[in-house]
Formats: sequence, structure tokens, C-alpha cells
Amino acid sequence: MTEAIAATTRWQSCAIVEIATRTPAIKSFFLSLSETFDHTAGQHVDVRLTAPNGYTAMRSYSIASAPSDSKVIELAIERLPDGEVSPFFHDVAQVGDTIELRGPLGGHFLWPGPTEKSVLLIGAGSGVVPLMAMIRYRKASAERVPVALLLSSRTWDDVLFRDELLELESSLPDFALALALTREPAMRSSDFSRRIDAPMVADVAARLRVAPGCVFVCGSNAFVDIAADAALALRPDAGAIKTERYGT
Amino acid sequence: MVTRGFTGRQSGSELSDRIPPGQHLVDNFPVLTAGPTPQIDPADWTFTLKIGPRPVKAWSWSEFNALPRTRMTRDIHCVTSWSKLNTAWEGVAIDDILAEAGLTAPTPFVLAHCYDGYSTNVPLADLATGKAMVALKYEGQPLPRDHGGPARLLVPHLYFWKSAKWVNGLQFTERDEAGFWELRGYHMYGDPWNEQRYTND
Repeated sequence: MTEAIAATTRWQSCAIVEIATRTPAIKSFFLSLSETFDHTAGQHVDVRLTAPNGYTAMRSYSIASAPSDSKVIELAIERLPDGEVSPFFHDVAQVGDTIELRGPLGGHFLWPGPTEKSVLLIGAGSGVVPLMAMIRYRKASAERVPVALLLSSRTWDDVLFRDELLELESSLPDFALALALTREPAMRSSDFSRRIDAPMVADVAARLRVAPGCVFVCGSNAFVDIAADAALALRPDAGAIKTERYGT
Repeated sequence: MVTRGFTGRQSGSELSDRIPPGQHLVDNFPVLTAGPTPQIDPADWTFTLKIGPRPVKAWSWSEFNALPRTRMTRDIHCVTSWSKLNTAWEGVAIDDILAEAGLTAPTPFVLAHCYDGYSTNVPLADLATGKAMVALKYEGQPLPRDHGGPARLLVPHLYFWKSAKWVNGLQFTERDEAGFWELRGYHMYGDPWNEQRYTND
């Protein structure tokens, strides 16, 4: 296979250069790559932790940062109470620590490029991470494809990247944002105070000037099933709907 | 490289020899798919065996269900790093499907095809001799849609993306043809014990 693919599968050591608390349960970890890579928005990395006796734990995390020349990538990691790796990141890892990762990985859940008519993004909780990379890429690039994001979170304070998304909503042309809060009332009339359903997906899709040519859904399995079925009703082409489900 | 401050949740030694490197145990059964979950009515379901482009035998749902049944209980390993022990399956062994079609080994390579357009490649040697089945039941119940119902391939000794959900046919190929994930950076064979996750692993 190609050199480019070979490079992606090598493990590299990365230093944690910054840790930012994003929500009560989610922190962002900024990692400085020793070997830079050029990822496509939507891709992930595999992270490997090694215990003193050689035991290793591996997990996949989506990249939140847009592709850029920077050596630093951002991973936003939710602390799962009964997790093995996420509690290490939240409770133990510090700036200056090194961890191993490899990537970029994933050849399916990928920003489609400038050919699509418009892009509908649907995420729940930390499922917004790969979608955020796409929105950030759309902002940083010259692309003008209309994008709408429907993001479900428990509360206003659980909305990952909330302030950045609100800022983009007002500054980025052809970007529509709809939040769905499941455990408290929405504060904005453009948002929803309920769990995701098909009418909600249709409502957000209708905020795009042109019908979505491509839909990305990321969240729990139950959430993804509802969102993907609702998206199918809009555009009956299963191949245009790409899903990523939490594997835990 | 030891990670400062990491000890992990290490399994007892009696289980550790059943967990491939880089994997961790789960009790639940995570669902991972690349697109929407297909809705397949058994009345419309067919399973087709092909040699290259040529169909050689096809079964309806009732015909397929009349084939000899096999049960197997196996540990399964997903490339996303979870492993689940002692999963119990019932279905039709690939050996019995081939026997019913009067085939032995037209070519050494097989591509499994699915209702959602998914495909994955598995060498015939990894499907035959009791190693794999088309599963119709999980833990004694009809296979749920999320887990590939009404029927999925089960190749438990390889990473679980090879156990294609919503399978609707097997195609013998002259060469080892890459399937959906294999075209997208995943390993052609996918042996969990050798950590064959990505193309060059």
C-alpha cells in the first residue's frame, strides 16, 4: 500500500500541551504531534496507554480540530464513570505528560468536499466532536457549502463547544445551529426542549437553503437510529447518510 | 512506552489469555455501523451464492431456515477495542450452505455482500470447516436488527467487522478483493491475536 497509509499506522509519542475543561463531563486535550499529519475532518486517532507491567488499553477518539499545518490536535474526551481510559485522562493526565497515538484513521465518516449541495450534521453529547472538526474546517476553508448542526445535549451547560458554536452561528455564512436540550427547557426559540425526533430533523434540514446532499450522525446507538431514520425520510439514499455510534 | 500514572483495569489471569492485545472486556453488546439500520422483511429476504458474477444458488427466508442448524458459543473481538466473551449463536454453517449448493471450493476467496451495500472479504479457509456461519439467532432469540437481523455472517476468530450484518450473499472471487472497510484503511485479514487492525499492521 502507499507510504501515506503506512505512516498513519505508526504509533507516535505526543505531549499534552494544554487541557481545557469544556463541560462538567468533557475536557479537551491538546496534543503536540511528533510527526505531523494531514487529516480529513471526521477522522479519529487511536490512543494507547501502557501500564508498568506492559498491559495496554486502546481507545479511538475523534479529532475535534480542523485540518491545519499545526502540530497540535485537539481531542475532546468525555469522562465515562465506569470507563478505563477516559478517567485516566480526566483524573491523572497533566500537561507535559506523553501518550501514544496513531492516525489519522477512518475512511468513511469524512467531510465530503465542495461537491455536496449542503451538509446536515446531527450529534448528541460528545458525538459533536467529529462534526465540530467539519464545521471548523468549513470556516477555515474557502468552501461555502451550507451546513446545519442539530446538537442534542442534556443541559445548556452540557453543550460541548457551546460558546464557539454560538459565535459561529452569527459570524459564519450559511451555518445554522439548533440545540436540543433533553433535561431543561431551551432558552432560544430556534432550539428544542425535547429528545430528537423526525419532525425536529426535518425542521433543521429545512433551515438549509438547499436540501442536504450528505448527512453525518454521531451519538449513541438509539440516538443514531432515530436521526438516521429521520434523515432517510428526507432523502431516501442510505449511502448519503454516514453514522458513527459510540462503541461503549 | 509506560504511561505515567496508568495502571488500567486488568482482568484476572484466568481471562487474560482470552483477550487479544489492545482489547478490553465489555458486558454489553455495542452497536457500530457505517449507516442507517436497514429494515428487511423476511418475505423479501434472499441469500445468493455466486461464483464471480454468476449466481449459482439462491434461498428464500423459509428455504434458508430449513437448512441444517449449527450452534456455537465464541468470544468476539471488535476492532474498536471491545471484546465480549461467550456469545451464543445459532445459524447455518458455511459448510452446510456450500454442501447444499454442491460446491466445495470454487476459488480460495470470498466476498460477503449485504443489504446496506456493505461488503467484506474473508478467505474460504476461514469460513469453512466449522469456523463460520450465517447467524439467525443470538442468545436463543431471532437476531435483532441492530445486530444484523434477520441474518449476519459470523466469523468469530477475526475482528468483528468481518462478521457482516444484514448479509445477503457470498461471492467467490478469483483474487482477495477488498471489501468496504478494507478499501478504507482496514486490514485485509483482521486477526485480533496479531492486532491486524489497519492496512499495514
